[in-house]
Amino acid sequence: MLLHKNPFRAKTLTFAAMTALISASSALADDPAARGDTPESQKGYDISARSDRSDSGYGDSKVDARMVLRNRAGQETVRNFSFTTLEKETEDVGDKSLVVFQSPRDVEGTALLSHAKILDPDDQWLFLPALKRVKRISSSNKSGAFVGSEFAFEDFTITELNKFTYNYVGEEELDGMTMDVIERFPRYEKSGYTKQKSWVDQDIFQARKLEFYDRKGELLKTLILSDYREYDGVWRAHTLSMVNAQTGKQTDLVYDTYSFKNGLDANDFQQGILTRLR
Amino acid sequence: MKRSLFAALALCAPFPALAGEWDFGAEVAAELRYFPNDPTFPGQLEHIQPSFVVQPDIRWETEDRSHQVVVIPFVRVDGQDEERTHFDLREGYYRYNADAGWSLMLGAAKVFWGKTESRHLVDIINQSDTVEDVDEEDKLGQPMANLTLLNDWGTVDLFVMSGFRDRTFPGVDGRPRFGLVVDTDNPIFTRDWRRGAIDVAARYSHYIGNWDFGVSVFHGTSREPRFAIDIPTQRILPVYDKITQGGLDLQYTKDAWLWKLEAIVREGQGDVFFAGVGGFEYTLYQIFGSGFDLGLLAEYQYDGRDEGFVIEDFGPTLAAPVTFADNDVFAGARLAFNDPQDTSMLAGVTVDANDQFLGMFIEAERRLGSSWTAELEARLFLNPDPGNAAFPIRNDDFITFRLTRFF
Repeated sequence: MLLHKNPFRAKTLTFAAMTALISASSALADDPAARGDTPESQKGYDISARSDRSDSGYGDSKVDARMVLRNRAGQETVRNFSFTTLEKETEDVGDKSLVVFQSPRDVEGTALLSHAKILDPDDQWLFLPALKRVKRISSSNKSGAFVGSEFAFEDFTITELNKFTYNYVGEEELDGMTMDVIERFPRYEKSGYTKQKSWVDQDIFQARKLEFYDRKGELLKTLILSDYREYDGVWRAHTLSMVNAQTGKQTDLVYDTYSFKNGLDANDFQQGILTRLR
Repeated sequence: MKRSLFAALALCAPFPALAGEWDFGAEVAAELRYFPNDPTFPGQLEHIQPSFVVQPDIRWETEDRSHQVVVIPFVRVDGQDEERTHFDLREGYYRYNADAGWSLMLGAAKVFWGKTESRHLVDIINQSDTVEDVDEEDKLGQPMANLTLLNDWGTVDLFVMSGFRDRTFPGVDGRPRFGLVVDTDNPIFTRDWRRGAIDVAARYSHYIGNWDFGVSVFHGTSREPRFAIDIPTQRILPVYDKITQGGLDLQYTKDAWLWKLEAIVREGQGDVFFAGVGGFEYTLYQIFGSGFDLGLLAEYQYDGRDEGFVIEDFGPTLAAPVTFADNDVFAGARLAFNDPQDTSMLAGVTVDANDQFLGMFIEAERRLGSSWTAELEARLFLNPDPGNAAFPIRNDDFITFRLTRFF
């Protein structure tokens, strides 16, 4: 007479989203509403679209990741997981992704399968290894924290072009590079942010820094993306460091070396795959 | 069970050249149960029940994951109840995963079917290890051959099983239990070949838009026994019958709502009967501006199985297996703290609509460091009417504390 414990119930976020951060799974088609009608909004949109489109054609990818959560006292909690992603077949659908937790040991084997959508909520299934249970879960949680980290679920969709409207601010020097600075405003409901500010370099057109402003308009978090490496024309940041300006907590997300074009197909991302992962 | 494992190992032998990766792990748990009330029946333990669990976890798979071997033995040593001291091979199988979207699993394994939370009606492949807990969520490994076909129109699972696993029951010392002890050494099988009889099952599962569903059929020995009263020994004999069961499980997912339904029809234990459970789960994210998520659940349980006794060759016997969930309403809440320690709490209550019997539970769990978890559980059985199946356990409220180390 018991209901299942569900360690990743709330934390199950959109992992498609997480991979979207690294895979830019946005709709490439221009959305006039996102593009806006002032020169500043159109320039902001165009710069964002350029960095987004630099990513298409990656096929599929596999990568191991390590998330280090630090509280203000410097205490660390570590989580390891592996990501597998399949690029969308057409621009009408999103990427498919599979995340398998490797540590801590008590959640080892917990897996999340996501079929991302462009406008509708993603389809997501959670696999609970102790019970061998596959459960379809809700993907409507946007601003909640992902597995106790400083990343919110919506932070993983920051390359989704048409989810925002834009405003071009100007050029700025950062780490010796000239950056385009763009403000953007979420168009989707239930966001925890009123505004984000991004610094995009003019060399490889990738986001290097992001600021997130809360519902009161105050700075909440800063994300630094670094260690960009190129894989056959596709760029990936390997270290993402999110610092909460209000609590002093920090989460680092560190990716291992990516493996692209592994010959995966839609069969590898079916719901039925979850029971045979390990 | 052993034979299946050997078969699995034998199958691996033709592939000695395959490079594989081993993974060794284990869980070790210390558990303490406390029963605040005096026992109802002579022989039952008084208040304190300590026990230990060891569960190694041995895995091997090839790099492309096409060949997998999993071995998970389990042992519990209980300080009070002999019947709760037991060994099981929870999992011990070889699996071949073909690229073309099919898998073949041979050996002892666990399989879960279903959608609802308060009762798992459709889930029928594995026997319940009820000495572990009263919620029937702990399962014994079932020897099987399982062929899985993954298609873009859904997943088909086919099962052939033998090596029936008897349900575990508490011994004389055990709590909670019925007034008479279940004699697990003398079960009655109404099928020829007893534990060697063959069971078959199949399930088709898929999703369309916001709908996830499964349709299943099982033909074989019922995992749920009926009870016969052995008058000379004053014991309960479990009676395992041949049944045929059809099942449906369904979920509709929309925003923060999950709507769930399970239903079965079973033939072979008294009159053909229908049982169902259905309800919802709704999650409030970041309640009161905190990082906490609160899930609210409600389900209704119905079961139309026969009640009362029939006279069989082996004596007076219940016409169908006992159930608490004949006409009951469940309500529950799940609180997730979303902290690095994955702290979570669950609470629930089941009310019998006929006689207002209340079954309640509270569970809390938290990770300590990176490789320990602490769990606290309480179960209360309130207000049972003498006619309710739960009447014998009226004094068996208990609290469990469990500390687990993961290696």
